[in-house]
Amino acid sequence: MDGNSKMESQATETLTGAEIVLRALADQGVDTIFGYPGGAVLPIYDAIYAQQQVRHILVRHEQGAGHMAEGYARSTGKCGVALATSGPGATNMVTPITDALMDSIPMVVITGQVPTHLIGTDAFQEADTVGITRACTKHNYLVRDVNDLARVIHEAFYIATTGRPGPVVIDIPKNVQFAKGRYVGPKAIEHRTYHPRTEPQDKRIEEAVAIMAGAQRPIIYSGGGVINSGPAASEALRALAKATGWPVTSTLMGLGAFPASDKQWLGMVGMHGSFESNNAMHDCDVMLCVGARFDDRVTGRLDAFSPGSKKIHIDIDPSSINKNVRVDVPIVADCGKALAELLKTWSRKDGKAPDLKAWWAQIDAWRERKGFAYPNSKTLIKPQYAIERLYALTRDKDVYITTEVGQHQMWAAQFFHFDQPNRWMTSGGLGTMGYGLPAAIGVQAAHPNALVIDIAGDASVQMTMQEMSCAIQHELPVKIFILNNEWMGMVRQWQQLLHGERYSHSYSDALPDFVKLAEAYGCHGIRCDDPAKLDDAILEMINTPKPVLFDCRVEKAENCFPMIPSGAAHNEMILGKITGDEIGEAGKMLV
Amino acid sequence: MSRAPRARLSPKNGREDPASAYDMTPSTELIERRTLACIVDNEPGVLARVVGLFAARGYNIESLTVAEIDRNAHQSRITIVTSGTNHVLEQIEQQLLRLVPVAKVIDVTNSTGGIERELALVKVAGTGEKRVESLRISEIFRAHVIDTTNESFIFELTGASQKIDQFVELMRPLGLVEVSRTGVLSIQRGKEKAG
Repeated sequence: MDGNSKMESQATETLTGAEIVLRALADQGVDTIFGYPGGAVLPIYDAIYAQQQVRHILVRHEQGAGHMAEGYARSTGKCGVALATSGPGATNMVTPITDALMDSIPMVVITGQVPTHLIGTDAFQEADTVGITRACTKHNYLVRDVNDLARVIHEAFYIATTGRPGPVVIDIPKNVQFAKGRYVGPKAIEHRTYHPRTEPQDKRIEEAVAIMAGAQRPIIYSGGGVINSGPAASEALRALAKATGWPVTSTLMGLGAFPASDKQWLGMVGMHGSFESNNAMHDCDVMLCVGARFDDRVTGRLDAFSPGSKKIHIDIDPSSINKNVRVDVPIVADCGKALAELLKTWSRKDGKAPDLKAWWAQIDAWRERKGFAYPNSKTLIKPQYAIERLYALTRDKDVYITTEVGQHQMWAAQFFHFDQPNRWMTSGGLGTMGYGLPAAIGVQAAHPNALVIDIAGDASVQMTMQEMSCAIQHELPVKIFILNNEWMGMVRQWQQLLHGERYSHSYSDALPDFVKLAEAYGCHGIRCDDPAKLDDAILEMINTPKPVLFDCRVEKAENCFPMIPSGAAHNEMILGKITGDEIGEAGKMLV
Repeated sequence: MSRAPRARLSPKNGREDPASAYDMTPSTELIERRTLACIVDNEPGVLARVVGLFAARGYNIESLTVAEIDRNAHQSRITIVTSGTNHVLEQIEQQLLRLVPVAKVIDVTNSTGGIERELALVKVAGTGEKRVESLRISEIFRAHVIDTTNESFIFELTGASQKIDQFVELMRPLGLVEVSRTGVLSIQRGKEKAG
């Protein structure tokens, strides 16, 4: 921790609770917070008013503040911070807090609370915030004594950012914000009961390498943990892949840790992952899982999941190991450290590892199937094509992508490729529609000169679209690229494939005119429905130095393929059919 | 428009899957019973965290006891009797350890020398032969009489849960009125501190 010596000298300072909050944030290196004022946080807003160090971004709904903090955190590797008032302010924050818990995003959320003497009386805007958020936080605090406040805030940052990262809530009653108390700086934390394990056990590393050394059909299955661990872990992953020559796949959350341009990259794994990665996961004889958690969207049918493989699992959270899938070698450690140790031991081992030529030939045969191929059209913009063009036209930019949740999210994961970590922000575990727009604003706040694009769907984007006003106010020129098919596309896809084509309430009726909406907010609006004009429209979006809402009218009936259907195994993936430039029977009915 | 043939959406794996994105197969593994002792930091809400974890993840609680065990160290001991498949029981331990104020979790059932005890207060009302019989049985069980009227006893009894179950069953025909039990407490034999 930096600033230790500075802190020691200030150990006796007396401040109000609200001042302690701001001081502690500054001492934690926080430069930006996302929040919304209200009665129970007014003293903190006074303290914000009186200082310059911490920038406050005013949101339009507390959910937006939470997702912005997530976007900020995921794109920087730092802890995101959000601030909300008591009652509705805190309850509106529950969705992003849960989202951060599911995706292991370091986040500290500060909420106001009614004065301590009113707690439990059903006071105005009172909610049991620590009770409500107990199940969706890594840890939470109700601070009843101002003299505990500074310690609690520093501890909250420590817990949020170490071990498996996650959200921590600090609930501060209004009288504690007014009261004067001792400020202590962020000294090295020695927690009584919380001691995350980060160093791998040598014995486990050796067991792992012994198995790896004999692998004939190996695969590395990496996840969001590699990104959370920091850039060194991505480097270690690349180095290990290079040394071993193994193919690499990744979860949705792990995209970017391994470069998509590398020939060892197989694409994403899972329900809408690549044909080659899912087949390789099924047929492999050794699986090295790094910082992933065998989520049900990844494994498909559990009893048919990679039946013939020895599995090595690196995870910082011991509860993730053997939770869904039994593994042979558990390694509880920080991903980066474990990968570095694996590489060291691998390099020292005797003998030559088996030739992987036959395995790569098999993988190439799967690649030949071209699982992501789709029938393009001269008259309609295919959503896949739109993402391909967006990717191609942003190659020379410093680009960050966020998404909402649904078909567009999967197409973005399939057709936008990442060579660096921290460039891809998406709601994986919780699957929160409405995540992408505020997350993009959070990313832009952290990277003011970057090109930040929210790849959105017409349904998702409406869940948090009031944050366009926030983007305008704070001059955060995010680009909202809506793949508008007038459907909740993923819901419609499931209804088509599994619910007898009963399209119950999945049509986006009464859609707003997105261009007029953009203009109403002071953003720039673009509409495009012609594949021939798409490139120019995308360039117009990129070159507009303010927030842009892009209404990209795409083929309405397109489905997301390939796909592992419900209860199926990895090698039972279904591929989309190339049917040519027309809409099928079902599609006609939809239009 | 690319459409999947529907037949392939119900894989031929010998069971009828409902149309769902989730695997809906119930587990058929053997259910075991286990006693776990958690040493926790005695901070506000810690019991709610532990109980909430069990509720949220669908784990069973058959009995639960909690009390402070070391005031200076701020520690409480929570003993939980739970049940589940071996896999679930393993997860319970790991999930408990994820809670920030949990210092350690001891698997009392599977550790050598784990002792489990419960205390019960049993009220029995009756006269005549039944009253005499209840007193006689209480002596066999080494229960103490802690309150008496002309028509009732309150027995205090400690032992393994099965012993208390058995005592309660014997008292039922003799005028059992009500029972109060602490739930299971646990400790390890020998001179070592647990964990």
